[in-house]
Amino acid sequence: MRYLARRGGIFLITLWAALTVNFAIPRIMPGNEAAAVLSTFRGVNPAAEHALEIEFGTNVHHSLISSYFSYLGNCFSGQFGSNALGESVVHAIASAMPWTLGLVGVTTVIAFMIGTLVGIFSAWSRGGKLDGLLPPFLFIISTLPVFFVGLLLLYVFSVKLGWLPLSGNYDIGSTPGLSLAFAWDVFKHALLPGISLVIVTAGLWVYSMRNNMVTTIAEDYVKMARAKGLSNARIMYDYAARNAILPNLTGFAMQLGYVLGGSILVEYLFSYPGLGYQFYTATTDHDLPMMQGLFLFYTLAVLVCVLVADLVTAVIDPRTREA
Amino acid sequence: MSTPPALLEVQGLTIEYLTDAAAVRAVDAVSFSVNAGEFVGIVGESGCGKSTMLFGIAQLLSPPGEVTAGSVTFRGRDMVRLSAGELRHMRWRDFSVVMQSAMNALNPMKSIGAQFRDALLAHERMPADRVKERSAEVLTLVGIDPVHLHSYPHQLSGGMRQRAMIAMALLFTPQLVVMDEPTSALDVVAQRSLMLKIRELQERLGFAVIFVTHDMHVVNRYSDRVLVMYAGQVVETAPTEQLFGQPRHPYSRGLIEAFPSVTGPRRELVGIPGSPPDLAEPIKGCRFRERCPVAFAACAEIEPALIDVEGAQVRCLLYSDAGVVGERERSGAPSDG
Amino acid sequence: MPGSELEAPDSGARAARRRELPRLLKAITTSRKATIGTLILLVIVFVAAFPGLIAPDNPQAISYTPNAGVSWSHVLGTTSLGQDVFSQLLWSTRQTLIVTLLVSAIATFLSTFVGVTAAYLGGVADRAITIVTDVFLILPVLPLLILLAAYLPPGVTSLTIVLCITSWAFQARQLRAQGLSLRNRDFLVSAKVRGERSLYIIFAEIVPTMTSLLAASFLSLAVYVVGFAASLQFLGLGNSGQLMWGTMLYNAQQQSALESGNIWWELAPGFAVALLGAGFALLNYAFDEIGNPALRPVKKKRAARRSLPRRSRP
Repeated sequence: MRYLARRGGIFLITLWAALTVNFAIPRIMPGNEAAAVLSTFRGVNPAAEHALEIEFGTNVHHSLISSYFSYLGNCFSGQFGSNALGESVVHAIASAMPWTLGLVGVTTVIAFMIGTLVGIFSAWSRGGKLDGLLPPFLFIISTLPVFFVGLLLLYVFSVKLGWLPLSGNYDIGSTPGLSLAFAWDVFKHALLPGISLVIVTAGLWVYSMRNNMVTTIAEDYVKMARAKGLSNARIMYDYAARNAILPNLTGFAMQLGYVLGGSILVEYLFSYPGLGYQFYTATTDHDLPMMQGLFLFYTLAVLVCVLVADLVTAVIDPRTREA
Repeated sequence: MSTPPALLEVQGLTIEYLTDAAAVRAVDAVSFSVNAGEFVGIVGESGCGKSTMLFGIAQLLSPPGEVTAGSVTFRGRDMVRLSAGELRHMRWRDFSVVMQSAMNALNPMKSIGAQFRDALLAHERMPADRVKERSAEVLTLVGIDPVHLHSYPHQLSGGMRQRAMIAMALLFTPQLVVMDEPTSALDVVAQRSLMLKIRELQERLGFAVIFVTHDMHVVNRYSDRVLVMYAGQVVETAPTEQLFGQPRHPYSRGLIEAFPSVTGPRRELVGIPGSPPDLAEPIKGCRFRERCPVAFAACAEIEPALIDVEGAQVRCLLYSDAGVVGERERSGAPSDG
Repeated sequence: MPGSELEAPDSGARAARRRELPRLLKAITTSRKATIGTLILLVIVFVAAFPGLIAPDNPQAISYTPNAGVSWSHVLGTTSLGQDVFSQLLWSTRQTLIVTLLVSAIATFLSTFVGVTAAYLGGVADRAITIVTDVFLILPVLPLLILLAAYLPPGVTSLTIVLCITSWAFQARQLRAQGLSLRNRDFLVSAKVRGERSLYIIFAEIVPTMTSLLAASFLSLAVYVVGFAASLQFLGLGNSGQLMWGTMLYNAQQQSALESGNIWWELAPGFAVALLGAGFALLNYAFDEIGNPALRPVKKKRAARRSLPRRSRP
C-alpha cells in the first residue's frame, strides 16, 4: 500500500506542477507577447480579458498569493475560462476530445501489440535473422520525426496516388451519424494519421520490449525454468514475457506523453480536428486560456494512464505489496 | 570383478565462448566421472570455469557459450548429442539443478507452489491434489512448513529460499543434483544447517551431488571426492581426505593453505599471488606456472597431462616422467608445442 | 581467497579510466551500426562546417524563378521565393547541428549533475530530487514545449532554453542509478577521507568513470532533440527567417509545397532531420550494446569447431 501512496503522491504533485506552470507562464511572458494575447480577447471576450489581466498580474488589486489561490480554486471547480471564440474551454475540449481519443487510443493499442509481439519474438530468437534486422530497423523508424513519416505518407498516398484524403476527419458533404458510410469516411480520414503514429510508436515499444526481454531472459529464473524442462512456450510466456512487461507497465504508460505529442503534430499535418489541432490553432491565435486548458488536459491524461498502470502493477506484481 | 558403470561420465568436455572478437576456451578437455550416491566437490577460484562446466554438464549454457567438444554421458546416454525433446524429458526427472542465489533463481512473480507445480506438470499429468501433496512432501523434507507454498520468494528468508530451491530440485527424486555454490549467499550458521540437510537428504534418497564452490572448508567437511580446477582444466582430483591430507598440485596446496582451520594452530595467512591467465590468449606450457612457487624451466614449455598418482590424478610436471600431451591427444583437442 | 588483486584504491579508478577510451574506439569500429552512424554524423558535420564548398548558391538570395522544378542547376528545385533549395538545405545544417549539440550537451550536463548528486547525497535530498525528476518525466513534452515556446520571443535562444528545460530529466534516472552503484567504491571513500569537497568528488571522481554512459546519454538526447526542435519550428514556433531545417519545413508547409508539386522543398529538410536523428540513433544503439553485453548480436558462425548437432534453443 505504501507503493500506491507513493504513486498517488506523484500524481498529485505532478498535477500541482502542471497547474503552477500554467499559472507562472503568463507572468514571465515578455511584454509584447502578453499584449498579443490580450489583443486577441479585446472586445470579443471581456470576461476572459479581465481574467487574463489578473493572470498577467497587471491588475494590481490582487496580490500574487491571492491570485494563485483563486486560480487553483477555479481549476478545482472546473472553471477554465473561455477561449478566444467566446466558448468555454471545457466545452471546446470536450467536443474535440473524442476524435483524438479515438485516434490515439486505437493507434496506441495497435502499436503496443505489434511492438510487444515483435519485441518478444526477436529477443527470443537471438541470433536469428529476425533479431538482427527487425529491431534496429524499427528503432530507426521510431526515431524518425513523426511529422516526417506523416509527410511521406501524405505525399505518397494523398497527393500522388490520391487514394486517401488529405485532411479533416470526415468529408464536408457527409452527414455524421451511426451509418456504415460515415464510419468508413471517418476511417479513411483517420488512416494516414493513424498509420504515422503507429509506425513511430511501434518502433519505440519494440525497442523497449526487446531490451526488457533480453534482460529478463538472461535472468537466472529463466535458466531455472529451462533446467526444469518446461516447454519453450511456457518459459517464454510465463517466465520471460510476463516478467518483462508487467513490472514495466508504468514505464510504458509514461511514454504516452510522447505519443500525445506526436498526435499534435499528426493532427496539424492532416488538419484532423482533434485536440492537437486545437492546440495548434490556439498557439497561432494567441489563445492562452485554450492552450492552458489543453496542456492541463494532456497532463491529466498521462497521469491517469500512469496511475492505472501503477494500480495494475500493484495488483499483479507481488513484490510491490510489501514495498 | 567389474565396477558398476558410473552415473555420469564426462569425457574431454570443452566449452567455448564464441564471440565476434575471439573464442575463449573456458573449459578445456575436462574428464571425470561421478558414481551413484557420490558427493563430488569442484573447487577453484573465480573464473576457473567450474560454474561454466557445471552448466555445460546440465546443458544449460546460454549463447555465446557452447559445448564444442567432448561428451557428457548420463545413464548411458550422451546428453550433448540428445535432441531437445529427449533432453527435456530427462530434465528434472533424472537430474536437477540448484543455483547460487534462490532470490534470482526463483521467479519473483510466482508463488513457490506455482513454481513447483510448473515443474511437476511439465513432465507428468498429475491431478491437482497429487501436485499439492508432492509439493508439501518435499517442503517438509527440507524442513519448511507447507503453508509456504502460497508464499512468494521475497517473503522467505535467505536460508528458507535456498532450502525451497533444494526441495524443488527433489520433486522427482532425481539421481543427480547439480549445485552451483548454493551456500555462498548464506551466513555460516545457515550454511552449516543447509549442508547438513543436503547430506541427510542425500543419504536418505541416494542421489549423487556435484557441488561447485570456492569454499574449501565446505568441501573438506562434506564431499567424498574433490576436483580442483584452474584456468579451465582439472589440475588435481582425489578422494577428499587424500586431497586435504596430502595435496599434490602446488595450486591445491595453495588453496588449502589459504583457508586456515579454526581449531588448528595459528599460522600466517598465505595467499596465492597473481591472477589467473587470460583465456583468450593461447598459453604455452603449464597454466599455473606464473604463480607457482615451485615452477621450473620445463613448465614453460611442456603442458602437463593429467596423470594417475596413487589414487589421485594430478596435472603437474613434478609427478610425470614423460610429461607431454597424452591425455589431450586422446580427447582430440589440438596439441601444442 | 587466494589470488585477489590488491591494488591501491586510487589507481583502480585511474586504470579504469585509461582503459575506457581505447576500448570505446575499438567497439565503435567493430560494430556495423556504430560505423554507419559515425559516417552519417561525420558527413553532416562536414557539411555544417563547410557548406560553401558544396552549395552552389547563397541560400537566401532571391535570384531564381520561384517553384522551379528539379534541374541540373537546382538539384532540389527552388522555394516559392526563388531561392535554391539545395543551398538552403546545406547552409541550414550548421545552425541545426549547433542547436542540437548545444542542447544535448547542456541537458546531459544537467542530467548528470542532478542524477549523480541525488545518488551521492542520498536520503531526503535524493528523494526530493527524484520526485522533481519524475514530475518532469511525466509532463508531456511537446505540449509543454509548445506552451513555453509560444510565449517567448521566437528564435534560437528561446528554442535552446525550452529544449533544455524539457530534456534534462530524461537521463537523470539512469545516471542516478549508475551513481548509486559507485557510491561506496574505495576510491570515493578515500576521496572523502582526504577531505575533498562533495562537488569535487562528484565531478572529478565519479563522473569520469561514467564516460560511456555519458556518451550514451548524450546520443540518446540528441536523437530526441533533433526531432523536437524540428517539430517546434514546423509548428511555427521558431523564427522563420533563420536558416534551419525546421524553418524550411515550416515555410514549405505554409506554402503548401507538397500539394503544389514543389515536393523537395518540404521533403528534403524532412529527410535531413531523419538522417541526423538516425545517425545519432545508430550510434546510440551501438553504445547500448557496448554498455550491456547481453544486448549484443549473437555470433552465428563459429570459428573452427567440430560439428556437433545443433539443438533448437534458447
